Amino acid sequence: MGNAQPGGYYYAPPSHWPIVGSTALLIMASGGVMLMNSIDGGGPVFGVGVAILVFMLFGWFGTVIRESQGGLFNKQVDLSFRWSMSWFIFSEVMFFAAFFGALFYARVYSLPWLGDADNKLLWPEFRAQWPSAGPYLPPQFSPMHAWGIPALNTFLLLSSGVTVTYAHWALKMGNRKGLILGLLATVALGFTFLGFQIYEYVHAYHELNLKLTTGVFGSTFFMLTGFHGFHVTLGAVMLTVILLRSIKGHFTADHHFAFEAVAWYWHFVDVVWLLLFVFVYWV
Amino acid sequence: MSAAAPAHDHGHGHHDDHAHAHPTGLKRWLFTTNHKDIGTLYLWFSLAMFFMGGTMALLIRAELFKPGLQFLNPEFFNSLTTVHGLVMVFGAIMPAWVGFANWLIPMQIGAADMAFPRMNNWSFYLVVPAAILLVASFFVPGGAAASGWTLYPPLIIQQGIAVDMTILAVHILGASSIMGSINIITTILNLRAPGMTLMKMPLFVWTWLITAYLLIAVMPVLAGAVTMLLTDRHFGTSFFNAAGGGDPTMFMHIFWFFGHPEVYIMILPAFGVVSAIIPAFARKPLFGYASMVYATASIAILSFIVWGHHMFTVGMPAAGNLFFMYATMLIAVPTGVKIFNWIATMWKGSMTFETPMLFSIGFLCLFTIGGFSGLVLAITPVDITLHNTYYVVAHFHYVLVSGALFSIFAGVYFWLPKWTGNMYNEKLGKLHFWLSVIGFNLAFFPQHFLGLAGMPRRIPDYALQFAEWNMWSSIGAFIFGFSQLLFLYNVIECIRSNRKSEQMPWEGADSLEWTHLPTPAPYHTFETAPVIK
Repeated sequence: MGNAQPGGYYYAPPSHWPIVGSTALLIMASGGVMLMNSIDGGGPVFGVGVAILVFMLFGWFGTVIRESQGGLFNKQVDLSFRWSMSWFIFSEVMFFAAFFGALFYARVYSLPWLGDADNKLLWPEFRAQWPSAGPYLPPQFSPMHAWGIPALNTFLLLSSGVTVTYAHWALKMGNRKGLILGLLATVALGFTFLGFQIYEYVHAYHELNLKLTTGVFGSTFFMLTGFHGFHVTLGAVMLTVILLRSIKGHFTADHHFAFEAVAWYWHFVDVVWLLLFVFVYWV
Repeated sequence: MSAAAPAHDHGHGHHDDHAHAHPTGLKRWLFTTNHKDIGTLYLWFSLAMFFMGGTMALLIRAELFKPGLQFLNPEFFNSLTTVHGLVMVFGAIMPAWVGFANWLIPMQIGAADMAFPRMNNWSFYLVVPAAILLVASFFVPGGAAASGWTLYPPLIIQQGIAVDMTILAVHILGASSIMGSINIITTILNLRAPGMTLMKMPLFVWTWLITAYLLIAVMPVLAGAVTMLLTDRHFGTSFFNAAGGGDPTMFMHIFWFFGHPEVYIMILPAFGVVSAIIPAFARKPLFGYASMVYATASIAILSFIVWGHHMFTVGMPAAGNLFFMYATMLIAVPTGVKIFNWIATMWKGSMTFETPMLFSIGFLCLFTIGGFSGLVLAITPVDITLHNTYYVVAHFHYVLVSGALFSIFAGVYFWLPKWTGNMYNEKLGKLHFWLSVIGFNLAFFPQHFLGLAGMPRRIPDYALQFAEWNMWSSIGAFIFGFSQLLFLYNVIECIRSNRKSEQMPWEGADSLEWTHLPTPAPYHTFETAPVIK
């Protein structure tokens, strides 16, 4: 049922932030193209784009926070935020689905086909068995074992899901100390996870000879874990912002959607990790 | 009619920001958060890109006018077909529909604006850098991407700088589409006026709700696919490289998982527009409203499980070919429901044939031809002979030009009075319709024959036996192309004329923007929500 309350719903006034963001992306894209094609000056151009984007993010989110603190967002605006965050997370699910699709396709179809009778004529030595770097590239690499750091990271992320839920519970109880401690623990667990991921990458490159260029195994491994790591980084930065806002006292027991949005996002990266743990590291 | 009431209800308090503090001149258009301004920006942008993509199409048809290489080199010809496709899909058709959505959805559900006006501005202004990247790619060393709009590896992996620009343009367009779709879904789900239940919404709103869902589901998949292209190109991954254990056909699967729903993204809003226009000119309510809603949803769901029909020739297992053949044919059922509902709406109606109705009937007849040729192509053994021939080109131009584009024309003529307050020139509108219909059919109907005779697509030169139909096709294309200048003239003439439109230029129109708002629609509408009975 429609429950519009015009006069109460906050419609943003004209703003220059979007066009600043578009300028940033155009510059970043140009710089990126230059970098990838070894054209001089790519780095600085890309850097300028990133700087403008960061400036825009601070300006835009700052504006939204001021609007929220100014009491401009009623229940209906809050519901808009809830719908939009849900659909945004759905779009992220589909983004990861593309890479999981690539992983499953490579394992279930591409690789067995490369090992079939026809291809035996081309590559008699090749054994089509996962993990594989394909018939042409020498397969002298080791995959990452699931029950070392990855298992520990699973534990860290699952724990961070608990701590962020504790923080939410404390927020709803009006327990600020619990809120801040819960968030601090979540942020700490998030960054620890990232630290371990970086260590794992270094280990992969130096000791396992497992690289982004290591055939389809390396491609799917690093793209999936890499994009996940990028999302954890984003989530951890957002949690940090929420932590700072909590310390400033921005959230009340019944008005704190920013907190919940970030918590939803955090649970999303958590679930993606569980899938990664099972399908990339374990089976 | 108490329609003018909302216009002088400019609110108090923070509402003043929205109602009065908007800048003028260039700043108005750069910083605007008004759904009507943003809709206008989208529509003009789309028109500009339509002419750009059209120019490329005419260069292609000029080259194909007769056999032999005339004046384009083959590489540039391939760039033209590629960028023509990308520009028409992402630059012309999709932005046009988002323009319609911006203008109409808030008015049709009784909302004052879109749910996130600032993000709405960004959705539009992201399309601009993407277009700049695409068009600029013609001028870098190596020329624009020449792989076809489907960007298939391994060809796309080997090309130059332009491909990276195209890939990043696709990323930015994806971000724009996702933001725009989230905005549209949220607006529809959360901002409807009291009493505007889901099953009372005009069909245009329903079709856009479902389109937005499709966009959010598949644009990220396209982003993933082109990201893998980018890393295969520059960072040594092997997703699409068999030597490394990957597979080029994997890209095709991922691409068409996006690509097929994308087709419906372009056509579902057309269904919505036609469902508004045919009842208005038949002076009867739409036949089978509920079945239209369910048919739209069914088409959307089915669109996720038919992508394999784009790749019957790549060597999928027989079970896969059969599955995709049957699933594809199933789509004819809900689509048929729609076609019959539109016909039943006209049955015994008291019909008149102004330009919007002409374009809608043109849509109905010609889109059905495109649907039937789609059914032909869905049959695996038939497709194996017709794959990558001009039959396919004819098929998808029947659904996208006489389907999506004709209904965009229909919608523009239908709502121009509401948007501008003026009536377009009916005689010139009809002339535009007839020139378009004749030019279009002359351009594309012979392509069925060319395809059946075996002429492959995406070639700048061809065997002598194809010469005659190609000549006619080119003549038709030029008639069609140049008659669009008449469309441009009609729109500008309408805006500048002083033929004031009546409050209700179409007596059969019954959605809120006609019944509850003045003509032209004021800058701010429904600041007090109407109550829908």
